Amino acid sequence: MEAVIEAEGLGKDYTVAEGPLPRRRRRRVSAVRDVSFRVAPGEVVGYLGPNGAGKSTTLKMLIGILAPSAGRVRVAGLEPVRARTRLARRIGVVFGQRTTLWWDLPLRDSLALTRHLYRVPRADHARRLAELTEVLELGPFLATPVRQLSLGQRMRGDLAAALLHAPEVLVLDEPTIGLDVVSKTAIREFLLRLNAERGTTILLTTHDLGDVQRLCRRVMVIDGGRLAFDGGLAGLHAVAPSPRTLVVDLAAPAAPIAVAGARTVRVEGPRQWLELNGNPARVIAQVAADHEVADITLREPDIEEVVHRIYAGR
Amino acid sequence: MSAVATYVRLAWAWTRALAQYPASLAMLTAAQAVATVGELAALVFLFGHAGRLGGFGLHEALLVYGLAGLAFTLADLLMGSVERLGEHIRTGAFDVMLVRPVPALLQVAVEEFSPRRLGKVVPCAAALGWALAALPAEWTPLRAAAVPVLVASGTVICCSVWVIGACLQFVALDAREAANAVTYGGQAMAQYPLAVYGRDVARAATYVVPLAFVSWQPALYLLERPDPLGMPEWLRFAPPAVAALLALVAAAVWRAGLRRYRSTGS
Repeated sequence: MEAVIEAEGLGKDYTVAEGPLPRRRRRRVSAVRDVSFRVAPGEVVGYLGPNGAGKSTTLKMLIGILAPSAGRVRVAGLEPVRARTRLARRIGVVFGQRTTLWWDLPLRDSLALTRHLYRVPRADHARRLAELTEVLELGPFLATPVRQLSLGQRMRGDLAAALLHAPEVLVLDEPTIGLDVVSKTAIREFLLRLNAERGTTILLTTHDLGDVQRLCRRVMVIDGGRLAFDGGLAGLHAVAPSPRTLVVDLAAPAAPIAVAGARTVRVEGPRQWLELNGNPARVIAQVAADHEVADITLREPDIEEVVHRIYAGR
Repeated sequence: MSAVATYVRLAWAWTRALAQYPASLAMLTAAQAVATVGELAALVFLFGHAGRLGGFGLHEALLVYGLAGLAFTLADLLMGSVERLGEHIRTGAFDVMLVRPVPALLQVAVEEFSPRRLGKVVPCAAALGWALAALPAEWTPLRAAAVPVLVASGTVICCSVWVIGACLQFVALDAREAANAVTYGGQAMAQYPLAVYGRDVARAATYVVPLAFVSWQPALYLLERPDPLGMPEWLRFAPPAVAALLALVAAAVWRAGLRRYRSTGS
């Protein structure tokens, strides 16, 4: 199948000037080195990596904001930097940390402006806006100025703005950052539905393993500017098994808990950390039966940990 | 044409957003008008007392002021926001503009468009009208047609200088102050007959930063006066060509700036 996103030997170097003026030295720094991958239409791909690994730089080359210093990239058959504005009509981009909406305008007006910028026919716009309003539940705050929206509402508004022109590819840079669990779930379910119903290709960066587990059948891990892993989610776990952690708050300090299916890795007063390797429900039940428990939380491993393990294991 | 339509659409959106605070908008507009009228009053007093400066009387000086002022304030109204490019780059807002299917320069120019800048345009237009009414030279159809052409050329020249100045911020994010020395400093200079400043300044304003074609040369043409600084006579017919050339240079500089754009970290 023809790839909708194609990167081949992609690289980006920066020149950094260092030191005080008279003896200023220039140094080349690679943010991304020799990254190659293909994404087929309809795929949902997670692009992971620690801060500063080159995620955003890669993304910016894909959407035409940055010119690559090496290799080639094509998105929807176009060369992003050269055909930036043409590409913009065919892709949707959402930055989790900044809005594409107009701060002082009501959400409705921002979305109407988007229609003009993307030259969407009025009837198509009305139909899609009605759909998105329903699915993303925008109704209650369509008339609210964007600056007064909560982060979760704003993110839903941004998603609507990015999808009103029915893009083939949706690029999301940390779409769930800072959101509460309910908002995160809403956004994940929406993206799954979008992918299933429209076949929209989705590429997202995230620090949230929950996003990855719910959304991505395929993950790419970048570290130090190089692609360290490209494959299925199961493969990632096989390469870097990262167990979930059970944090148990006991009523009083006690000896390390001994229970089948988990291993106590840390004790701090009444709080103990158990690394899970069995069924969490059974472990929780056993712990609760053996001890007087004040609170229990289950922690997902984070991306940094998974990536770290990939490197530690090599 | 669609770029113009997009500009108008976005400018209107900003205007509506500002109209949520009508009192604030009215006061800002009035403040700008008062500041400009103050400048005008200073000019009138100066020439009222001194009579003539550099061979120019009050009405002739007003013509220069009106031409320069109108071109600069129109440029400020339309493109003044480009000087905030560095800020957009720093906050990442520029990245957002780059992923919209509309020229980025247009978006930077219209960002936070404010009709309060009309507060500066109107007094300058009035000054120009006053000076033209008192023009000693005879009105011919050609001369009458030349006025809008000269104002448009001047506006294009100012816009271009502004864009080129803003492009410095692609290289150094805090270059705004340096650019302002030319944009605002140039405006202050171009509002007075160049004869006042002497030959070297006039040369620089002709051949380096061509602000002489915004007000000085057009005024010489409209007044039918020989150049007191002895520069070539044909220069006064050059403003439209200079405007076109400078606009091309500005477009090229902008494109070069975009090519070396590095975005922010996140």
